[in-house]
Amino acid sequence: MKALRLGIPLAIFAVLVGFLFVGLYRDPREVPSPLIGKPAPAFSLADLREPGRKVATSDFKGQVWLLNVWASWCVSCRVEHPLLVELAKSKAVPIIGLNYKDKDAEGLAWLAQHGDPYTLSVVDADGRVGIDWGVYGVPETFVVDKAGVIRYKHIGPVTAESLQQTILPLVRKLQQS
Amino acid sequence: MTPRLLTRLTLALALAAGAAFAQQSAPDVAFEARLKRLEADLRCLVCQNQTLADSNAPLAEDLRREVRTLALSGKSDAEIRTFLVARYGDFVLYDPPVKESTWLLWFGPFLLLGGGVVAWLAIVRRRRRQDASTDAGTPATSADATARARALLDEKSSG
Repeated sequence: MKALRLGIPLAIFAVLVGFLFVGLYRDPREVPSPLIGKPAPAFSLADLREPGRKVATSDFKGQVWLLNVWASWCVSCRVEHPLLVELAKSKAVPIIGLNYKDKDAEGLAWLAQHGDPYTLSVVDADGRVGIDWGVYGVPETFVVDKAGVIRYKHIGPVTAESLQQTILPLVRKLQQS
Repeated sequence: MTPRLLTRLTLALALAAGAAFAQQSAPDVAFEARLKRLEADLRCLVCQNQTLADSNAPLAEDLRREVRTLALSGKSDAEIRTFLVARYGDFVLYDPPVKESTWLLWFGPFLLLGGGVVAWLAIVRRRRRQDASTDAGTPATSADATARARALLDEKSSG
């Protein structure tokens, strides 16, 4: 009886500590996307560099590609940008930019200043396509497989760690399949 | 056109416009109220403790515009919610749906309440048992005490 009286509160306390401890390492701002494992929402948007040209999601069928949501007004995009430039140099995977709620001229100036890692960037001036992709914070990076299915979403600036440990291994695996 | 006629014409136009506006705004009030209700149940993903109705974040503005467009195109509240859940997940709802992963969330409090009731009953039972065992001894002690008290009183009154 005495063991029970001591044990029950101790067990409750342990469970609470467990929950709080796990909570320490979770980012409440990261909302799991319901789009993982679903076909990438189709878009047909103007190319930032050649505004006359329309680019559609179906153009990328048959290859693994990244969709990186960026904007010239987005401060944390600058943090991940050098990593993307480096990744583009390695030609490991094509990176498609979604220029989110930006002005074309400002977007282009930003790319000229910081380097352009994108195979191409598409213009989502009113953020309508962003809503379809469930974008709620810039930057965001999606991994899309050969069949056009979203396999992974990274919220916030890509880090060297997330790139090396999660995104690139997944890309390689998807490219081989 | 005399200035007077112009005045009258302007007045007539203003009244007509007012009437047209009044006529149009009656159903709009209901529509706006419906949007407000709907937006008050949806979470803004940028400032997560605010509803879509309250938030000033650019994304919230976009989503409000989206909700309005959908509502104008004749979509029901449920369809609009489904639209948002398909893009942002259950997180966008302030009332999470009851399903396997939210069972603990929905029924956990009742589980705790049940646990509390069980603990309370156990304590009450144990108390009663303790009381019963001490009660058996009480009359004796109390009779004893009464006798002693009486003896003391008698001593005092006689002394």
